[in-house]
Amino acid sequence: MSEINLTENQKKELDEMIKDYPEPGAVVIPALHMMQYAHGYITPEICKVVGEYIKVPPVKVYETAMFYTMFNKKPVGKYHLQICNNVSCSLLGSEKLIKHMEKILKIKPGETSEDNLFTLTAVECLGSCGTAPVMMVNDDYYENMSIEKLDKLIEDLKNGKKPEGEDK
Amino acid sequence: MVKNQKVKISNMGFELNITKRFGKENSHTLEESLKDGAYESLKKALTMTPEEIINLVIDSGLRGRGGAGFPAGRKWSFIPKNTDSPVYLVVNGDEGEPGTFKDRYIMRHDPHLLLEGIAIAAQATGVKTAYIYIRGEFYREYNVLREAIKEAREAGYLGENFLESGGTMNIFVHRGAGAYICGEETGLLSSIEGKPGKPKLKPPFPAIKGLFGCPTVINNVETLANVPSIIANGAEWYKNLGLNGKCGTRIFCISGHVKKPGIVELPMGMNLKEVIYDVAGGIRNNKKLKAVIPGGCSAPILYPDEIDIPHDFDSLAKAGSMAGSAGVIVIDEDSDIVEMAHKIAHFYAHESCGQCSQCREGTGWLSKLVEKIYLGKATVEEVDLLEDVTTNMMQQTVCVLSDAAAMSIGALVKKFREDFKSKCQ
Repeated sequence: MSEINLTENQKKELDEMIKDYPEPGAVVIPALHMMQYAHGYITPEICKVVGEYIKVPPVKVYETAMFYTMFNKKPVGKYHLQICNNVSCSLLGSEKLIKHMEKILKIKPGETSEDNLFTLTAVECLGSCGTAPVMMVNDDYYENMSIEKLDKLIEDLKNGKKPEGEDK
Repeated sequence: MVKNQKVKISNMGFELNITKRFGKENSHTLEESLKDGAYESLKKALTMTPEEIINLVIDSGLRGRGGAGFPAGRKWSFIPKNTDSPVYLVVNGDEGEPGTFKDRYIMRHDPHLLLEGIAIAAQATGVKTAYIYIRGEFYREYNVLREAIKEAREAGYLGENFLESGGTMNIFVHRGAGAYICGEETGLLSSIEGKPGKPKLKPPFPAIKGLFGCPTVINNVETLANVPSIIANGAEWYKNLGLNGKCGTRIFCISGHVKKPGIVELPMGMNLKEVIYDVAGGIRNNKKLKAVIPGGCSAPILYPDEIDIPHDFDSLAKAGSMAGSAGVIVIDEDSDIVEMAHKIAHFYAHESCGQCSQCREGTGWLSKLVEKIYLGKATVEEVDLLEDVTTNMMQQTVCVLSDAAAMSIGALVKKFREDFKSKCQ
């Protein structure tokens, strides 16, 4: 990754965020979300520029970034596939879906495909157990998943089409 | 456009309270919400004193819907009166307990109901600033809430001099970033402060020293969504929504091997067996029932012959489990209980924040032992060891994650010991 600097827009956004709280530390997580959208993952350099701008010790920003699973610690593919493997989803076959994804994408959970298109992650409960098995592609939920629906979804994504989730 | 036909299941003829607008076209907009009477209860609350609001909510019997079931009005009454310090209201929308998925629907379908509940609770506790903490994955609901707040501010229902009351009501949405422990109220406060979501030692309780060191009320989303109707219709009306002397309604989250999974609002105290068989259509593929987890994955598991009881905080506690978040997980006869225990144990080990050794080491040990048993590499003695570990994890730590792991895994081993043993060498 090249040298990290905050853009003028990012500075403006941070200035706006800080107004919502009595202490600047409270914008650490919102700021990290913003930086992850821009860079794909969080590095010590990102924590440094954010910390210096909001006047929170960079090491504190880094400590927070490392605690939360949603902050990627390394680059992820264009589509981050997160499949729930907790109780309700596994009762309805999430394990099979993960195995199927491993087969068709030729990667294991935690890995990124060679073309940088897909990262596969098995995650804990996504809070949508009534429509299990459930997965996310980046910020969107895909629910009531099956092998057939998964095949279709992956095919669409490979063709550069991100279908709307069946998330009503 | 938001629709909800897929998840909404039959209400069995009971009166709906919180979910009555779900599935209506554009139910999340201010315009549609106003047509259904949104913010009328807030106007009424502005004519009441804080004590009147608190007493009404105490009388209604409203108990916290996050899992602990603490009386909401009493929680508000702990906030110091006439303090010089700001008082904060924090709304817990972290919804991470496996098997729970109700708050997401409230925030998506009726955000103004939640905002109105927040504004009323704020009137009762002297709050001018509230933060809704929403789990990071609920990105869509985060945007729905932000849009709703913007609309309500612009129309004068929130913000400076809202409803010409002379008061201030600011509400902000704060996104989490994927940590179950942030559903624990003091872990949540740490998270808003920008720190790792590690729970804080109590006392001091958040009502005295909470967010940014100030007195803080923390309520679950569903709890606050109940408040406007209590103000509008009174305590007696609310009490009568429940069955068997229990107050109000509850959004049940039904998942697992039922024919009709999803959320459904039912009277508090509804019989658990009826919830599964009559409301959710019974077990799919004509299988037999093996077990039920009645209140999110931390709630001790029940045998089929233990579910003919009212689903409420007291009845389930008496039955050795808990109503928790009303996440009812239904498990059929073909399920591998040890595999399930493996998932649950892994979950707690993954989500332990690590600050207390009994929890950090205990959940890790549980997870490794259950995995060993699941993979057929353990001896029968190690099943006893597993149970022994769970008994040493209770009431030792800053928060109850360790207790939840121990209760959940402990009940699985106790009740399905033969399933565990059959996998051993």
